[in-house]
Amino acid sequence: MSNPSVGLFVTCLVDLFRPNVGFAAVDLLEKAGCVVSVPPAQTCCGQPAYNSGDRADTRAIAEQVIAAFEKFDYVVAPSGSCAAMLKKHYPELFAGDAAWEERANAFSGKVFELVSFLTDVMFVSDVDAHFDGSVTYHDSCSGLRELGISRQPRKLLAQVDGLELKEMKDPDVCCGFGGTFCVKYSDISNAIVAKKTDNVEAAQADLLLAGDLGCLMNMSGKLHREGRNTKARHVAEVLAGRLDVPAIGDSK
Amino acid sequence: MKITTPEFKENAVKALANDNLQKALGNVEKGFIGKRQAAADALPEFEALRDKARDIKDHTLAHLDLYLKAYEEKVVESGGHVHWAQTAEDARNIVLDICRTANAKTVTKGKSMISEEMGINEFLEEKGIQPIETDLGEYIIQLRGEAPSHIIAPAVHVLKEQVEADFREEHDHLPEGRNLDEPETLLDEARTVLRQKFIDADVGITGANFLVAETGTSIIVTNEGNGDLTQTLPRVHIVLASIEKIAPTLEDVSQILRVLARSATGQDMSVYTTFSTGPRREGDVDGPEEYHVVLLDNGRTNMIGTEFQDMLRCIRCGACMNHCPVYHAVGGHAYGWVYPGPMGAVLTPSLKGVEDGGNLPNASTFCGRCEAVCPMRIPLPKMMRHWREREFEKNLNPAVQRWGLKTWAWFAQRPRLYQLGARVAMRGLSIMGGKKGRLAKMPLGSGWTKYRDMPAPEGETFQAQWAAHKGRAK
Repeated sequence: MSNPSVGLFVTCLVDLFRPNVGFAAVDLLEKAGCVVSVPPAQTCCGQPAYNSGDRADTRAIAEQVIAAFEKFDYVVAPSGSCAAMLKKHYPELFAGDAAWEERANAFSGKVFELVSFLTDVMFVSDVDAHFDGSVTYHDSCSGLRELGISRQPRKLLAQVDGLELKEMKDPDVCCGFGGTFCVKYSDISNAIVAKKTDNVEAAQADLLLAGDLGCLMNMSGKLHREGRNTKARHVAEVLAGRLDVPAIGDSK
Repeated sequence: MKITTPEFKENAVKALANDNLQKALGNVEKGFIGKRQAAADALPEFEALRDKARDIKDHTLAHLDLYLKAYEEKVVESGGHVHWAQTAEDARNIVLDICRTANAKTVTKGKSMISEEMGINEFLEEKGIQPIETDLGEYIIQLRGEAPSHIIAPAVHVLKEQVEADFREEHDHLPEGRNLDEPETLLDEARTVLRQKFIDADVGITGANFLVAETGTSIIVTNEGNGDLTQTLPRVHIVLASIEKIAPTLEDVSQILRVLARSATGQDMSVYTTFSTGPRREGDVDGPEEYHVVLLDNGRTNMIGTEFQDMLRCIRCGACMNHCPVYHAVGGHAYGWVYPGPMGAVLTPSLKGVEDGGNLPNASTFCGRCEAVCPMRIPLPKMMRHWREREFEKNLNPAVQRWGLKTWAWFAQRPRLYQLGARVAMRGLSIMGGKKGRLAKMPLGSGWTKYRDMPAPEGETFQAQWAAHKGRAK
């Protein structure tokens, strides 16, 4: 498979808030030799319903995603959380269902998170990008614990010309986002993200990077509210060199 | 014990504003995490042992009735008594009967979470029998009139300085100028005070980390030796255990023991691992004259055969709460009943009902750190999600939440409409963000903007840009 077909699962947050991440993903995938399509029949992976206990709506959304994406060689998302939903949780949703179980399992095998897809499937070892400054990388929970993403982004960041990686304390500890958790339990979420922004600031990096826009919006929102200096971007923006759009939540 | 889990949010707000508690909680993060990791790293077969431990418990739960019967036979054979208690109330009454028959005035106690679940201390006090906690942490919180805030470190919410103040007030027969600056001097003082109480007690109550079907043995693991004194000195020993503590053989228990202390405190083994099998036999130098085991169900058999059965593998090591960002933020008391942290978030609705316990499985970011460290590989986030499903089925979530979710889900299943709506909404939000690129306040978004800014969207959605350019944007 020299030029695999890839269906880009944009994710709802990237689609709505930060299209630049979507275009960065397309750049990186095409550079790796993939033929990228963006099926229009996509909205969200269904996590808001799934994690609220609404299984019927989750299933309906999952069926829609599988039908729209199963024709591709691979399905790639610029988010560990959404990719884990598609890869790990869709098969659970359809377990024991004669009509859907096999389809869901076959679909699951094609799903990857963007950065780990580049390194582990397309064997990308170099990126043609430049960034003058230091970054610190937050390991988003779903990507880290459900998909094992940790060394892959660091490996590619090490190839970015001019970039220095400064690890923060506890990069693998939750930022307190947790989807609807951050608004349903906002006081607790705030205590968790405040610890995180302390650690981010102490790393003294110019830029905070992560692979999930939800976590990034949470951390960047807190950094701004506290008047901190560190800016936030999705890791794909740096790897693709798409830095013209202001950092997350920054002035235009 | 009165359940305050329905007020979890209010409890959490109070906990977040409690400076002493926040200072004490810092010790949880510092104390447990690194030690567990070092212990796990030092044992090459640690991950394999976790699999083995899970399999042993799964097998046991699949044949729970057989192993419990076998255990009972062995206890009786060795001269002990087994009492079956379906509810906490049944168990309390059984204990009271035994104490009254023994004419007990004071009862010493080793650390036992089941005794908390039974509410035995308040009950015995009401009946004129004085329970005395002998584990240092339990002793401290008994003086303070509090419940444990952690299943293996019951007083982890208390600062050393607070313990000193409590001891000076309570032990007013001791010299005023004595040194109580160090944990060691505090421990020494508690030991001195407790020594006579061990000797005077008529009944000793301990919990059980394991019950062994093959031999009829109950096992406790402790670090202070207080459990040994509790069960060997008084005339009567009562073991309080829930039914899922059973394991088939000593060999099985020794495998699970290898992951227990490592996961809990990072020790290879706890300082004391104590086995008791029946009362004192002829020729024994010490031991109780009577040996009773109270086996508590209290809702556990209802979990068998459901999606919550895996929870019964839990060996109460506390690793899940030690690694939980929510526990780190609010501590154990906020959870409002006996069991805090992720294991409590699954167990509380299982034992007390989702109507009362439903807050806890919702108060999770699903970060998955609990499952990653659980020695018994219990899928805690998955089971919390199952509780959310039960709650949703029963229509227990607030109407606004359900309505919002249903509206969103309706659009999410209609991509064209969704994308049209999204374009309009994102343009609007982007304009509201203005040149700053973020919002300090947002309609319907106060849960977010109370503590953080909301990054404004770029403007056009990705889908709209992609469609306009028929592919890549430049």
